[in-house]
Formats: sequence, C-alpha cells, structure tokens
Amino acid sequence: MSKVHQFEVIVVGAGGAGLMAGLYASRNAKTAVISKLYPTRSHTGAAQGGISAALGNYEEDKPEWHMYDTVKGSDYLGDQDAIEFMTNEAIDAVLELEHMGLPFDRTPEGKISQRPFGGHTNNETGKPVRRAAHAADRTGHMILQTLYQQCIKNNVTFFDEYQVLDFIMVDGKATGVVAIELATGELHTFHAKAVIFATGGYGRIFEVTSNAYVYTGDGCSILLRHGIPLEDMEFFQFHPTGIYKLGILITEGARGEGAVLINGKGERFMPKYAPTVKDLASRDVVSRAIYNEIKAGNGIDGKNYVYLDIRPETVNKFAALDGRTNPDGSPYLITGDTVLTKIPDIVDFCRVYLGVDPVTQMMPIQPTAHYAMGGIPTNKYGEVVIDDKGTTVPGLYAAGECACVSVHGANRLGTNSLLDLVVFGKHAGLKAAEYAKNADYQKMPDGAESSIRSELEALKNGSGKENAFDLSNEMKNVMFSDVGIYRNEKDMTSALEKVRELQKRFKEVKVSDTGKIFNTELLNAWELSNMLEIAEVVAASALNRKESRGGHARDDYQERDDENWLKHTLITKKNGKLEIKYKPVVITKHQPKARVY
Amino acid sequence: MEVTIKIFRYNPEKDKRGHYETYKVEAHENDRVLDVLELVKGHKDGTLSFRRSCAHGVCGSDAMRINGRNMLACKTLIRDVGANITVEPIMGLKVAKDLIVDMNPFFDNYKKMLPYLINDNPLPADGKERLQSPEQRARFDESTKCILCAACTTSCPSFWASDEYYGPAALVTAHRFIFDSRDEGAEQRLHVLSETNGTARCHTAYNCTEACPRDIQITKAIGELKMAMVTGKID
Ligand SMILES: Cc1cc2nc3c(=O)[nH]c(=O)nc-3n(C[C@H](O)[C@H](O)[C@H](O)COP(=O)(O)OP(=O)(O)OC[C@H]3O[C@@H](n4cnc5c(N)ncnc54)[C@H](O)[C@@H]3O)c2cc1C
Ligand code: SF4
Ligand code: FES
Repeated sequence: MSKVHQFEVIVVGAGGAGLMAGLYASRNAKTAVISKLYPTRSHTGAAQGGISAALGNYEEDKPEWHMYDTVKGSDYLGDQDAIEFMTNEAIDAVLELEHMGLPFDRTPEGKISQRPFGGHTNNETGKPVRRAAHAADRTGHMILQTLYQQCIKNNVTFFDEYQVLDFIMVDGKATGVVAIELATGELHTFHAKAVIFATGGYGRIFEVTSNAYVYTGDGCSILLRHGIPLEDMEFFQFHPTGIYKLGILITEGARGEGAVLINGKGERFMPKYAPTVKDLASRDVVSRAIYNEIKAGNGIDGKNYVYLDIRPETVNKFAALDGRTNPDGSPYLITGDTVLTKIPDIVDFCRVYLGVDPVTQMMPIQPTAHYAMGGIPTNKYGEVVIDDKGTTVPGLYAAGECACVSVHGANRLGTNSLLDLVVFGKHAGLKAAEYAKNADYQKMPDGAESSIRSELEALKNGSGKENAFDLSNEMKNVMFSDVGIYRNEKDMTSALEKVRELQKRFKEVKVSDTGKIFNTELLNAWELSNMLEIAEVVAASALNRKESRGGHARDDYQERDDENWLKHTLITKKNGKLEIKYKPVVITKHQPKARVY
Repeated sequence: MEVTIKIFRYNPEKDKRGHYETYKVEAHENDRVLDVLELVKGHKDGTLSFRRSCAHGVCGSDAMRINGRNMLACKTLIRDVGANITVEPIMGLKVAKDLIVDMNPFFDNYKKMLPYLINDNPLPADGKERLQSPEQRARFDESTKCILCAACTTSCPSFWASDEYYGPAALVTAHRFIFDSRDEGAEQRLHVLSETNGTARCHTAYNCTEACPRDIQITKAIGELKMAMVTGKID
C-alpha cells in the first residue's frame, strides 16, 4: 500500500515552468508541487544569459520583430500562432518578474538592462538589437530564486525530494501520479484532477552536455509509456560554446558583449558563414560552422576545439571593424572590468575548471548538447495535444523544456526558453486550475502503484551481468557521435541498433542497494531506462526526417525541404513498436524563405 | 593517476554508527571530486549515496567536507586537493545516509527571513518596472549570488552548537532583501534578527566566508546587518 494524497492540481517539477504553474494554479485550486530536487536546485538556476522581451530599454524594438526572429530561428518549424502569443506576452511577463522582486541589472536610468543575443535583430536594419533582459550571467538563478520566494510568500505546498515515477490515467483522463519519497523509499499516490508535467530536458543522453545530471527525460518517457506521443524529438540544440571536454556552458551573452570565435589559424571565421550578424548568428549555424572548421583541420592544434576570445583588445578591435556603437553613438569599447561585471560566473568557471583567465587568455570551446526543442506536444494553454486534430487529454498539461508548444521549432533562439517557462508555465497553471474547478476526481484504481513497484523490484533482481554506469556511457558516446551536430543514414541506423541493444542489456542490470532510504542507485537505474527510451525516440525521429532543418543537419540531405518536411513529427510507442505520424505547422504571417544571417 | 578516496559511510538501515571506506580509482588531475564519487558509485559500490545535479557549482546540491573543509564536490578538482582525499558530510545537520544530510532545518531557517520582496505600494502607473539605479542594484549584488548550499552554515561553530541559530546563509538572505532599495520589509526582518537566534550568535569566526563557493563576503554582510540594527539605518 502507498500513502494517498489528494490535490486538485499536481505540478511535477519545480523549475521555472513548474514554479510558475504552481503559483498560478494555487490561486484558484488546491495545488501541490512535487520535485525530485529541492526547488532551488532545478536546472533553471543554471541559465545564464537572459530572458527576451522587446522592452526597448536601450533602442527601438517590437514584439513583431521578436516574433519574426523566433520564426526564422526555428527554421520555420515553430507554430506561428503560439510564437506570436509568446512574444506578445513577453513584455508583461518580464515586468511581472521585476515586480516580484527579480534583481535585473539596470540601465543608467534605472530600467531593466538588456544585451544582444544570437538571432535577435532589428528587422529593418538586420543589425543585432539589445533584447535579452539579464542579471549578469545569472539570469536563471535569479528567476528560480524569485519564483521560489513568491511560492513561499503565497504558501504553495511542496513535496521536496519526491520523484514521480508513474502517471495514472483512467478513461483517457488524468487521474494522478505515483511518486517515491527519496528519504524513506515509500511510494505515495497523488490523486488529482489535473496534472502538469514540468520536468525539464534530457540532454544527459549525450556525452558532452551543459545539462544537469538530473536531465534524464523522466516526464517525457513516463508519458510515452502511457501512449502519449512526443513531438519533434529529432531537434536537439547543440550550443556552440561549451567548455572543451566538460560541456559547461559559456553563455551566448559573451558574444553579445563582443567576444568572437577564433580558429587554429588565428582567424575570426564567423563572417564567412554569417556575413551580417557574424558571431551572433543562430546557434545551429554557429555550431555547424565550428564543426566545419574543425573538420577542415582548423581546430586549435588540429584538435576538436576552437577559441572564444573576449580579451578586451580583441573585442575592441572587432567592434571597431564592425562599426559597433553604444546607444549614444560613441564607439563600443570594453575593459577587463566589463568582462568581470558582465559575465562574472563565466570568468569563475574558466578559472576553476580550465585554469584560464578570460580577461587575458582565450577560452577553449566546443559545441555542447544543450536544449531539447522537442517534447510533450501542447497547445498554447499547456494542454497536451495528441494528434493533428487538436485532441487533448483531459486534465493533462505540460510546460517548460519537457513540452513542445512548439515555439522553438527546429532551433531555439537564446533567451526564449526562460520566456517560454514563465509564459506557458503561467498559462498551464491557470488552465489546469480552471479545468479542475469544473471537473470531478476520477475514481482511483486499486493498486495504482503496483506496476511501478514491480518495475523497481525487477531492477533489484536482475542478473547483474551488466553495469548501469557503463551502459550509460555507451549510450552517451554513440548519441553524441552519431546523432549529434551532423547526421547521416548510416550512423543513425547503427546508433539506433546500438541503443536497442543497450535496452536489451539493461535488463541484465542489478541494483545492489536493497535499502529504502535514499536509494540513489535504484533511481539512477530507473532514470537510465528513461534515457534509453528517449535516445531511441530521438534517433528514430532523426533517421526518419530526410532533410536538414535547424538543429537537425544531415550530410546526406543537406537542404531544407519544405515541400515534404514542413511538418511536425509525432512519435508514439505501442506494444514496444515505434510509430511515426505528422501534423502540420501553423503558419500565419511569415511564409518560409531561405534563412540567411 | 590513481586517486585514493576515503569516504564516510552510514546507512541507518544497517549501521549503528558511521565508518569510513577507502577506494582507489583511476582519475585525471582535472577531474572533479564529484567525478571521482561517480566513478566509485559506478564501479566500486553502487550503494554510495550523495546529492548532485548541475555539476558546475550553481545548484548547491553537493556541499561536503573535503579534506576537512566545506566545498562543493563539483567545483573542487583533484589537482587542488591531491590524490589522497577524505570526504565527509557537512556538519551540524543530521546524516540521513552517507554524504546526504537532512536539509530541512536549513531551509526552515531560510524561510524565517521572510525571503521575498516586501512592498505593498502600488506598482508604477505605466505598468513598467520599478526603477532602481545601477548603484542601488550593486548594493546587494553579493548576497543575490547565494545558491543555498549550506557550506557556510555548516562550517559555523555557533550553528554546530545549536541549529536554532539561523546561520550565515539565512542572514545572507536577509541582507539580500534589506539592502534592496525596492524592499520595505527591513524593520520586520531586523526584528527577527534581533531575537536570540539572530545576529547575536555570530562571533565573527570567518569560517563561513572561507567556505562560500560563491565568494560571498558573508562576514561583511552580517556586519552590515549588525550595524543596521544598532543605527536603525540602512545604507
Ligand atoms: C547552462 C544553461 C544555460 C542556459 N541559459 C539560458 C538562457 O540564458 N536563456 C534561456 O532562455 N534559456 C537558457 N537555458 C535553457 C533553460 O534554462 C532551460 O530550458 C529551462 O530552465 C528549463 O526549465 P524547466 O522549468 O522546464 O525545467 P527545470 O528548471 O530543469 O526543472 C525541472 C524540474 O523537474 C523536476 N523533475 C524532473 N523529473 C522529475 C520527476 N521524475 N519527479 C519529480 N520531479 C522531477 C526537477 O526536480 C526540477 O525541479 C540554459 C540552459 C542551460 C543548461
Ligand atoms: S552564502 Fe555561500 S556558502 Fe552560504 S549557502 Fe549561500 S552560497 Fe552556500
Ligand atoms: S552539483 Fe550543483 S553545485 Fe555541485
């Protein structure tokens, strides 16, 4: 038997999306937020560079430009109704954060400070525009802290260090979740009218990643097992600037402040690939440029990395060549102090992990697996939508990185994720509470937790022929090398086979810890089963899409193919077999055209 | 290189008291202590338990005592601590298992600081942001960096003596709001801090400042709180 709790709305996850959903749902319905981490440990806290809104605090900017940039950034795969909704709500969303107490950096007049970011442009001149509202390079940390503080102020109920393991659905309607209390190992059943998943991403399926250990795709794979489709899973963003080997992120804000990429010949190479915005092109474009440089033998010492250079003399030289100016028209110049105040955490990371001082030395970087564009399909109210007809699952919602609205399409613009969290987290919370007010509790089936209980037991009783840690590394390696920045039929086919082999071998894993209290070995093994599930879905979706678009780049199909592939992938798993369907992209204002930066 | 790591082990379901286990693993000098713990868990003993998430010093999960000093395992490299490492849980909070301690008293103290912006005045009529000059913003920048890792609080002799003491991390949180020009809750918070478990328990041992992985000048911040209580002025 498990302990039973009843709440009208259950939010799974306490990052930016979950906290925002929890705040808004709890205004109108009895709500609890369940999280496997203490809320302040969530990965939203790692976000660095900023959150976008056309506030225009330094120069002219408009939500319409923000919309177009997002559509273009998405390589036309984003749904334009949802994008317009988000960019229209952006200004109020960011101001609301300020009103909640978020300590943004300030302009000299005391307004919220903004910085340039990749793909943010003045649509008339094509030049970069300052749109990313920021607090140094700790914007996500401030958002996470501020939202958690507001939850404390508003007495939101939390179940900290409870990990959700299963979803309960009765007659096609959300009925609750089963979770394990980490400190005791007890299973708890949460009976609910509405459930919101806000469990974050799954970048840990790749070897080099900016993502936290806990980014194991729990929410996505739990729902996949219940027959819910996942959308556009082939689109995973590789961020151009991860610290060499470690994958720790160096924010695009560094290039926003003027840093440039330098290859092994000492050349600034981005102007070759993006003549107008250069180092501030979209992430997919920059990551591929780095890859091409490395492949052409232009890595540093012929190795697989290049340099990011923010030394003031370099920045000032190229800013002058580019004609970059301050808002008052004076030439753009930085000092060592600018670096220390604008990206203090990056300076710290480089000193600690590399022994490199960015003020006087160049930073060795390589692309790092960063962000899942795909996920649980939703509409702009966070309602989970399972087909091309807009059919929803009553009471089921998703928001944040685990969801696919889709506002990011094939490639997310920097700073649009944090915006996505607050906008769609809020609306999912509002919608779920509204639904709960008019719905009854479904009858909770007997033994709702028995299926997950036996799954956990099985993990303790495996043969022990295989080691989970090694399987995990094998998965990460094959996914990074064969379903990475550049892909092709042959590599992806073998990657898919490999992942399926790993799934089989996983059955031979044995968890040695038989205890109940903080059995992290057991939960890590369960998380690995999720990652293997997600890796399979990512590889299969990618193999199937025979074109190149945004984050999905193929050597064997190098062009974007709007005639055949301007559509979203929906993948399901039924009786162990994957099934792929499609749904159309919503296009309102901007017809697809070639994407040039 | 070969790393020898001695780890405090305690499983309340089996052990009467804690003990140490020593493991040898192959690691690189640029590896994090966290990487070594993962290797031990992956290859030597799966039952070893510790918290971790971000792996680069921003989430606050993995504060522990490494060679006797409070540090984040993910922000401490082998080259900084050498090939002979002793790892123990942080002190002053009850050990739940191995390197995991019960964090609830720590977060309870945090919540006592009224850790949210207090300002009941109407918002700007144009719906825009409350204005704050860069200088006003800089005034409390240090204390916004806190990741609630508890390295400071669990290095403090006053906290070891009594976990009723709110501890340095809670005081940093109080500082974060009291010195924010937009906040109007200073009086309420200073009242909380003037109670027996508040600033009076700080004896300026400096352990906290040395332990903080975010380089927050904690003792200085506490000094500013004490000053504000004496003068009744915030500046
Ligand atoms: C280093 C880095 C820098 C970034 N910088 C930026 C930036 O500058 N701008 C920007 O817009 N975006 C940025 N991003 C992206 C952005 O930060 C993330 O996409 C976003 O924060 C995800 O938020 P979330 O609320 O969806 O998930 P998270 O904040 O990760 O929260 C997930 C939550 O789900 C919980 N959870 C997961 N599984 C379970 C389970 N099984 N049971 C219970 N709880 C569970 C976790 O405990 C956690 O609370 C960055 C990302 C990284 C990695
Ligand atoms: S003040 Fe520093 S040591 Fe203390 S909890 Fe905050 S980050 Fe950790
Ligand atoms: S794992 Fe996040 S601070 Fe160490």
